[in-house]
Amino acid sequence: MSSERPISEDDLHAYVDGALEAARHAEVAVYLEQHPDVAERIGGYVRLRHELRDGLAPIAEEPVPPELNLRRLIEARTHRRHRRFAWRNAAAAVILLLIGGTGGWVLRGNLPPDRANMNAIAQEAMDSFSVYGADHERPVELGPADKAQLAGWVASVLRHDVTIPDLSAAGYHFMGGRVVPTSHGPAALFMYDDAKGNRIAMLARPAVIREAPMSVHVTSQFCGYAWADNGIGYGLVSGASAEKLHPLANEIRRQIDQNA
Amino acid sequence: MTDMMVLIEPMIPALRRYARALLRDRSLADDLVQDCLERAITRWHQRRPDGDARTWVFTILHNLAINQQRRATRRGPHVPIEDAGDSVLARPGGQEDRLRHHELMAGLAALPEEQRSVLLLVAVEDLSYAEAAKVLNIPIGTVMSRLARAREKLLRIMETGSATQAGGAVLRRVK
Repeated sequence: MSSERPISEDDLHAYVDGALEAARHAEVAVYLEQHPDVAERIGGYVRLRHELRDGLAPIAEEPVPPELNLRRLIEARTHRRHRRFAWRNAAAAVILLLIGGTGGWVLRGNLPPDRANMNAIAQEAMDSFSVYGADHERPVELGPADKAQLAGWVASVLRHDVTIPDLSAAGYHFMGGRVVPTSHGPAALFMYDDAKGNRIAMLARPAVIREAPMSVHVTSQFCGYAWADNGIGYGLVSGASAEKLHPLANEIRRQIDQNA
Repeated sequence: MTDMMVLIEPMIPALRRYARALLRDRSLADDLVQDCLERAITRWHQRRPDGDARTWVFTILHNLAINQQRRATRRGPHVPIEDAGDSVLARPGGQEDRLRHHELMAGLAALPEEQRSVLLLVAVEDLSYAEAAKVLNIPIGTVMSRLARAREKLLRIMETGSATQAGGAVLRRVK
């Protein structure tokens, strides 16, 4: 019954905490019977343990105060993110209005007919981003470790290879992605975040227009860039300002051209 | 959201208990738990899916508590346990029970922070030694030695009934 292993101080504490396996627990109990001086000390530890638990238990039995309501905290967090987006984009919209008409930048709602397609892609990117960009539970289906699997999934559903851009040089870490539905069929959604947790997402799906120049799209919540290359439409979206997003859109377009 | 709700919500009472036992101030402790929950919400997707959610959340809370205590130490002397003990950690019971409880809380407060957190995580929050080691970011052997020292010291305080003096002395020395 009794093993060769001597009883250690660690065994005695594990005995107090009920962390020993049954056989070892029994061995310690026998040892304590034979050593009343040690048993007295260990009995004191057992009593302390009970008293501490009893003494602190009422705190855990108090009703949880409203400011610690988890559901409300989650909702407040999502709400704050949206508000932040809205403010930034109000500022971005003002800037765009001021410089409007100078480049090929066109505000949403005032687009020539051949840009309708890009308008739809930007809108779809924003729709997906409004759901997954604010999701803390499962923003992506496949993470960075499953990048190859994600690319394979996208290629099989879209019947097109889609380049997964690398934005690490711009400070954006690849979070992963998923396939999402749009009113024009399935699309790939890739998500990135920077060191502060600010997220951006790129949506890509087959487009009717093979090539379309880059256009900027701003709503009260988000700003985005959309374009088409080689029969694939791309929409890049974020809650940041357009001038921050523009270089990222250019970089993505460069990487896609390189891979074509 | 559901996973997060199901896993984190049941922990909230225990998080409050741990925070209050460490800080001995109800509103400071609840503020800390709120901070902890907000961080857990923001970083939920970053946690390792195979990791234990409770260990992960307790780690966040413990680190916040340590920072809070450091700030408090820099700000000035700690609230004396004689003033904080009864109102903050009191429980109903006969006078003798209350005295004993008061002594115990004072004794807990008199332990060095590193011993107190090990004792609370293991003996009250039922974390395994390995989980406590993870939360505190220390080797398991250090958990065992701190646990042994905590119990030895707390038992001595309770036996001599000198918690209040011992507490005062230790707190003064820390400054």
